[in-house]
Amino acid sequence: MTIVEPRAARTKNRQKSARVRKISPLLVVIAGAIIVVALTYTLPPFRNYQLATIGAYLCVTAGLTVLTGLNGQLSLGHGALMATGAYTLALWQNKFDLLLPGIMLAVLVTTVAGGVIGLAAARLRGPYLAGLTLAVAVVVPSITSTFDKTFNSDQGLSVALDPPPGVLPVEQWQAWICWAGALVTVLVLAYLIRGRFGRDLRAVRDDETAAKLAGVGVARTQVMAFVVSAACAGLSGALFAVLAQSVSPGAFPLTLSLFLVMAIVIGGLGRLTGALIGAFLLVVLPSVAQSIAEDAGSQHLEGNLALTFFGIVLVLVMLAAPGGLASLKFPRRSRKQKGQ
Amino acid sequence: MMKRTATVLAALLLAAGCSNGNSNSSGGSSNTPGVTDSSILIGTHQPLTGPAAAGYSEIAPATKAYFDYVNANGGVYGRKITYKIMDDGYNPANTQQVVRQLVLQDKVFAIVNGLGTPTHTGVLDFLKTNRVPDLFVASGSRTWNQPDKYPGTFGFNPDYTVEGKILASYVKQTYAGKKVCFLGQDDDFGRDSLEGVEKVLGPVAAKQTYVVTNPNVGPQMGAFKAAACDVVILASIPGFTALSIGTAAKIGFKPQFVVSNVGSDPSTLTKTLGAAAPLLEGVVAANYLPLDTDESNPWIQLYKKVNSQYNGNAAFDNNVVYGMSVGYLFVQALQAAGKDLTRDKLTEAVQKGGFTGPALVPTRFSAQDHSGYAGEQITKLTGGKATYLGTPYTTDDADGAVTAYSGAAATPPQNGIPPAQ
Repeated sequence: MTIVEPRAARTKNRQKSARVRKISPLLVVIAGAIIVVALTYTLPPFRNYQLATIGAYLCVTAGLTVLTGLNGQLSLGHGALMATGAYTLALWQNKFDLLLPGIMLAVLVTTVAGGVIGLAAARLRGPYLAGLTLAVAVVVPSITSTFDKTFNSDQGLSVALDPPPGVLPVEQWQAWICWAGALVTVLVLAYLIRGRFGRDLRAVRDDETAAKLAGVGVARTQVMAFVVSAACAGLSGALFAVLAQSVSPGAFPLTLSLFLVMAIVIGGLGRLTGALIGAFLLVVLPSVAQSIAEDAGSQHLEGNLALTFFGIVLVLVMLAAPGGLASLKFPRRSRKQKGQ
Repeated sequence: MMKRTATVLAALLLAAGCSNGNSNSSGGSSNTPGVTDSSILIGTHQPLTGPAAAGYSEIAPATKAYFDYVNANGGVYGRKITYKIMDDGYNPANTQQVVRQLVLQDKVFAIVNGLGTPTHTGVLDFLKTNRVPDLFVASGSRTWNQPDKYPGTFGFNPDYTVEGKILASYVKQTYAGKKVCFLGQDDDFGRDSLEGVEKVLGPVAAKQTYVVTNPNVGPQMGAFKAAACDVVILASIPGFTALSIGTAAKIGFKPQFVVSNVGSDPSTLTKTLGAAAPLLEGVVAANYLPLDTDESNPWIQLYKKVNSQYNGNAAFDNNVVYGMSVGYLFVQALQAAGKDLTRDKLTEAVQKGGFTGPALVPTRFSAQDHSGYAGEQITKLTGGKATYLGTPYTTDDADGAVTAYSGAAATPPQNGIPPAQ
């Protein structure tokens, strides 16, 4: 979360002094962990479940905002990468039932998948890249029904999970797992983009030729960026499998991939804070939309209202703050967020 | 930067705190979630939108209408039933979300008639962990019938293997020596049904599957045509029944269609096929509830009255009959559970069984059996209307014989509400 600030400070000549630079991402993450743990003890179960969902979303939005915001590659296929992670975990859990190695394996498998897509993606630009990743997102249901012996088609797989240790409520346990994943992701990404890798990402985004002249491997950087964000998506997918205790193609539709992109744009491209705001909105907006539809007395609205909502929020945010919610300055921002 | 993160988290906390306040209102005097002295809150997940909405979206409003009718007549032991209907779009991922909301946030007493095999399968473990009674699942999957694994889950429909056996024995008698093929949904629905069919007929000549997310059965029908099938058995939801019949006609393939109960409501199919509705002539299906067009049946008269008073006079078809029959059975279970309502008492009451109601066949509920109705009767579509043929049959999901059932159908009580026991 701290990392985007130096860039802003340097490139855009903001007057914010070096004061902000000194806070280490580690401190932010530790503070975040304390807040989350405190929240899980005060919130009722359903809110804990939603909190856990925010954590799971944060993994993927953080990775995606690095890819899209800092490296300029647009991916519409992150939903498919999440599905890769989720199915890997489901297949593993149903055989071995060891959660932590399962999650690591899910990240690994998705990283490999991301590497393959990234190799192709590094050769493509703009709409062609979007087209390729879009195809990846679309192909998920066909794969699950073609290999229905393994993936069980639309019905999907259930995920075997041991009950949480002790008397811990399931939802609290899930919130801990998801936020542990999210905070580790954020920490790793924060350190990654703070150093040389982050400078390479931005150099490639801003001007490939100039980056090449400066000795930055353009294709290598692009593939690496895709791999890193794929790993995050894989972790997120695995966490969603833990949350829902089932995986099915319906959980990773094309709209999910689009929602992810929309969320990071609304939150603020290239900023980890923006990824957090995006993850928050991904959970809150649909549930607000649902309660509105419920009050309006039409259940048929529910399915569609969330999309409308996201559209309106996107338009408003782009008008008021083209850099996303995270780019708003302090006095204005605090007012804005209460209004969410 | 630190400040910014802190602000975001604080806003999150604030939002969570705000929404927290209004979610704890249910509970009431007793310790049973969703039950107070004057109300019972139950919930369901239904495909109000999406690929299975055709027909099925009418079920839950009909159930709700029946509850409203009961409420207007004093409720059950003075308690009014509130039925909270959530849309899952027939998408298992949404089902996860909405059922959690019902159980954890709204604190419902029970989930009633959650619809769909793929959708409901995913929430079984969750409902079991939270000890929520999971009554009368709107599907015939055998998954619901696992009393040891899921003690709180009970089915409603005759299970698909039972249905497959009954349909297949009709095919065996009526179309002896013909080539029989099978198209099933690519999940437990299709698989269970095929198992029943093959128990009676042996291996079918050709079998195909479809997935609900891909509305195209051209290749499947093409394969059946190439295999020269005379009879095609469909284990499909209404949209795909219509699609299969329409697609077959388009490629000049005219087999005898034999359709699972859940995919055979004539009104839904007629509406879906539109101008091509005459293709439905002669389609064979099965049912176990009174038929919507049987005006002389006292249950239909009751349901029509409830439909006009409490369901905004919605189009009256077999989905409405189904929905109200679910409502009737649930009220029976509540009456049997007694005045001092708890979750355990409700599941015990259902397990005791012995409910007599609108159906032509009895329920199978017992401590060892959590599947729904015990059998079906064959119907045939003529002139856009289904009519019953012969007698109802019952069987089990194993190798038991398919036998005719001779019990008489019950008549509804005077006021249309099951009496207290």
